Amino acid sequence: MQGLITVFWKEFADDFTRWRFIILFVLVLLAGVFAIYIAAENITSEVVDTKFVFLRLFTTSGGALPSFLTFIVFFVPIVGIALGFDAINSERSSGTLSRVLSQPIYRDDVINGKFLAGVLTIAILLTSIVILVGGVGLRMIGVPPSSEEVLRLIAFLATSTVYGAFWMGLAILFSIFLRRVATSALASIAIWIFFIFFMSMIAGFIANALAPAGESVASQVRSAEIQIMVMRISPLILFQEAVVVLLVPGTRTMGQLLQLQAMPSSSMLPNPLSLGQSLLIVWPHLVTLIALTAVCFAVSYIKFMREEIRST
Amino acid sequence: MRPVVETVDLTKTYGNATVVDKLNLRIEEGDIFGFLGPNGAGKTTTILMLLGLTEPTSGVARICGYNSTRDPLKVKRLSGYVPEKVGFYEDLTAAYNLTYTARLNGLSEELVMKRVGEALDIVGLSEVGGHKVQEFSRGMKQRLAIADILIKMPKVAFLDEPTAGIDPEGVKEMLGLIARIAREQKMTVILSSHQLPQVQQICNCVGMLIKGRMVVEGKLDQLERDAFGGGRFRVEVQLAETTSALVNCIKRIKGVIGVEKSGDLLLVTCQEDLRPQIAKVIVDNNGLLVQMKIQSYALEDIYMKYFSEA
Repeated sequence: MQGLITVFWKEFADDFTRWRFIILFVLVLLAGVFAIYIAAENITSEVVDTKFVFLRLFTTSGGALPSFLTFIVFFVPIVGIALGFDAINSERSSGTLSRVLSQPIYRDDVINGKFLAGVLTIAILLTSIVILVGGVGLRMIGVPPSSEEVLRLIAFLATSTVYGAFWMGLAILFSIFLRRVATSALASIAIWIFFIFFMSMIAGFIANALAPAGESVASQVRSAEIQIMVMRISPLILFQEAVVVLLVPGTRTMGQLLQLQAMPSSSMLPNPLSLGQSLLIVWPHLVTLIALTAVCFAVSYIKFMREEIRST
Repeated sequence: MRPVVETVDLTKTYGNATVVDKLNLRIEEGDIFGFLGPNGAGKTTTILMLLGLTEPTSGVARICGYNSTRDPLKVKRLSGYVPEKVGFYEDLTAAYNLTYTARLNGLSEELVMKRVGEALDIVGLSEVGGHKVQEFSRGMKQRLAIADILIKMPKVAFLDEPTAGIDPEGVKEMLGLIARIAREQKMTVILSSHQLPQVQQICNCVGMLIKGRMVVEGKLDQLERDAFGGGRFRVEVQLAETTSALVNCIKRIKGVIGVEKSGDLLLVTCQEDLRPQIAKVIVDNNGLLVQMKIQSYALEDIYMKYFSEA
């Protein structure tokens, strides 16, 4: 236990003093402030509904500029990758790994300590950014968040941390399997790019092959449903869907079908859901994200425990 | 007495290649053991198995009676290890690197500070303790590595090629340091190297590993005799004038097995160190003794002999 705590504090201190952390923090903060600024301008110019107006700061996109939420969906993976891509292989190549492992600690203390320190770093980074950005927004729109909005933001932060932990777990996985730091960084980035750019294309392709969208509404809906299902393989989409539900209380479902049905008839009142109901909707998504993280971590763990530790 | 380091039929295979082959090793407390062998002979693998960092395919490795595979934590608490390519966190200070090691060993905070200061003192780096390791030369890093094992005051220290890549002056200092620490801290030291003259300087026993087999092992002086004299002593005698009468007189000394003439030297083979008796005989027979010494061999000669046999 004391080995784990020692590794944890050292890695935590390291994470915070690294240049890459400071650069990413500034980058995400700037993008966030910018997005919130535009969103606040839009919100103040068109007064529609004052319900959950503070949350709308985070989800409103202003014209060409994406919303804060979209920035988070894109940037959190980079933060996770930056914290994990050289976790093990840089220690191996610099010769510190064999020295640390010859100390009386369990081998898993090293990997657990690094992982936990990374998770805490991500949580602190996201929380401080949301607080800073929220402060800017608050000053501009002048409507303080209600208690439910605060709770929803906390749920959003927790989900984002799990999402970041997944990407860090993936990067650590590569840092164990690939001996060179550059290779493992590129491998993680490649996966990130794949999910951002190619996932929707592939999903469209598969949906088209399985159920070509024809003339009828039914076939179009079916095709769209399949496309969404395939897209959900991507943790990016999973995360995006989950946080949209959390930050837009009016979202009742993530399926295409119900949305299409609900729209023309408008028999449903656009009443917001309670937080509990929203959480129920995102629950499967959250579980999947946590499971993905656990799988990455478990594979890393098994590989690392059986690894031959040589200095050369 | 229980040996500090012991292996029983220790074997490690990778696929079809046997890297360490049924190794039986015993190292007593306080020894400085020189672990010799060409590159790829299995020295590092053996050390890793002893430390519990690599699992043996079969056989047992024990340190102070603890099984390295089953009790790795106890073994690691008792032994210090300097890997061949030792590394430190370059962007942290030397003192912080040592502090980290001390904390990983679970020392109390006051003890941490005390040990770090002492260790830096012993290796002569106390003035640069606050400097980042990236400013250090190779020799300084190597000394820092010694400080790193001093932190936990181990009973056994494994030094894998501790002198690789440092200049002759640094090597001398390093070896002096290792010998001094071993003496002062009553530490058993296992030193792997292929630089033979160095091993000879500070080790009192050696083991020679070739292709995973221990071809020879024992006290250094015993080894020399085994290798060349069949376990006997050879005395070189130089006389101002060699007469056959004198040779016959020497042959008659009790314990002398044979006398050979080579150039102006007489090579006397005997069962024990008979130098005083030989000197007395020469003087009694009015011979003029120029010099006389026990023939010694460099470790290199021994090494080459076994290496060519294997």
